[in-house]
Amino acid sequence: MEKVFMKGNEAIAEAAIRAGCRFFAGYPITPQNEIPEYMSRRMPQPDVRGIYLQGESETASAAMLYGAGATGIRAMTSSSSCGIALMSEVIAWMAGACLPVVICNMARGGPGIGSIQPSQQDYFMATKASGNGGFRMLVFAPSTIQEAVDMMYRAFDLAQKYMNPVYILSDGFTGAMMEPVVLPEMRSEEFLAAERKKNEAWAATGRKGAARSHQIGAGQRPGFPRAPLEQKNKADWEMYESWKVNEVEYENYKIEDAELIITSYGVSARIARSAVDMLRKEGYKVGMIRPIKVHPFPEIAYEQLDYNKLRGILSVEMSIPPLFYYDVEAVVRKRTPIATCLRSGGEIIERSAIIEAAKKLYGDK
Amino acid sequence: MENSILIGGFGGQGVMIFGQLLCYTAAETTDKYVTYFPSYSMEKRGGTANCYVTISDEPIGAPKAEMTDYVVALNSLAMNKFVNNVYSGGTMFINSSVCTEKPDRTDITFVEVPASDVAREIGDSRVTNLCMIGAFIAYTDILPPEKVLATAFKKLGAKHPEFNALNEAAFKRGMEIGKAAKAKK
Repeated sequence: MEKVFMKGNEAIAEAAIRAGCRFFAGYPITPQNEIPEYMSRRMPQPDVRGIYLQGESETASAAMLYGAGATGIRAMTSSSSCGIALMSEVIAWMAGACLPVVICNMARGGPGIGSIQPSQQDYFMATKASGNGGFRMLVFAPSTIQEAVDMMYRAFDLAQKYMNPVYILSDGFTGAMMEPVVLPEMRSEEFLAAERKKNEAWAATGRKGAARSHQIGAGQRPGFPRAPLEQKNKADWEMYESWKVNEVEYENYKIEDAELIITSYGVSARIARSAVDMLRKEGYKVGMIRPIKVHPFPEIAYEQLDYNKLRGILSVEMSIPPLFYYDVEAVVRKRTPIATCLRSGGEIIERSAIIEAAKKLYGDK
Repeated sequence: MENSILIGGFGGQGVMIFGQLLCYTAAETTDKYVTYFPSYSMEKRGGTANCYVTISDEPIGAPKAEMTDYVVALNSLAMNKFVNNVYSGGTMFINSSVCTEKPDRTDITFVEVPASDVAREIGDSRVTNLCMIGAFIAYTDILPPEKVLATAFKKLGAKHPEFNALNEAAFKRGMEIGKAAKAKK
């Protein structure tokens, strides 16, 4: 496959189109503007024939996504941090209505309007509470542009499989930078038609002489008879629990003989990985655990560690206060000391700071 | 082998194009790992603009390097801001037409390129960056000059073919300056 040198945001948009995305609604916000910009150019082209809409706000764009998702076509939106926060009302509605949509957050500094620079301060918003009502989503956290592309491609299949929104938690760094990527194949018209056909059983595409119309509503699984809300919520919970078995994804890097574990996700993990390599060159036995999906959280990765030989865990993220750290702390349960290496507000984490923090926690070689 | 380059200037000077021409050339004509990371203020013109380029034989961990092998400064603001981002023994390229006072650092090499003057002589200030790239490539040998120039024709000439001749003239003039500086090394 041929490598192309692309900007993260554009590569993500192209990957979505190749995965079969045929509807995009969004509203401009830095640092994700190249996604809607690219979509506006690409959607009308003859090999795509999709729809691009710019809403009057993030809330409206998300509501447009709700409408598109209800018709059973592959649809997505993207935004950044405070823009995603504005969408949270409708994200909860889409989770309530069990719609197979994809949401992409190229995160920036916060809270509130924060800064336009990259950050990882939306970890809780993405993994714990993206709206009211306690729903959950699969949350991917790409570390490189290639990974973002591959995740975006898979996200639509998983949304369809579980009939639940899927969330890509990336950041302005990955969106703004450029690197060579291999793009996946364009999904065929036949494949997409077959997928739409499957959705005809529930999709709101017009009554067309059927005995009754299809209704899409919050609190109702499409295609299923209306049930009490509690029953639906129980079924959703069972699904979330099943993810802990079937959807956990993480990477272990050089952990076999490691006496210190650096743990990080997304773009921070990319920088942490090179810190591991540099520390190894100096003779420090250091490894890394990197959640590839941050929800479901890969507890198993931390359970498998031999705490008798560990000097500690260094949790690295671009968020102050730390957020990811608390998921790590909850599974490690004080079996080893956990230190943090953090930046926030749009500042990029430095490799030298990670190395310094790791050495401090490691102690004498 | 990893080469990290930081290019700084103000918006409109072609800072991003400088970085992208290196990256496209490396990505399309070599097997190396390449990253490009832009950083700029909110203004379209006149604000600060800089970008980080890394070209490496190994996967790249930190696309925004804290310290770099090379810094290219297109104005004095960038020169003063980034002079301490060069590794000891590294090289700083300065647009000597506008950077009149050299910073006080003796452990790095300064390559002075009067890029703005060259561009004016050629007839368009917009080719300042091409002159700088020419000097940079001739001095560092990071990429084959003919490949970089071909990328410039492909990427910039597609929209503005009338600029090809000017870009080439600026690039070649820059190469002469870079070669002369290298000979003195």
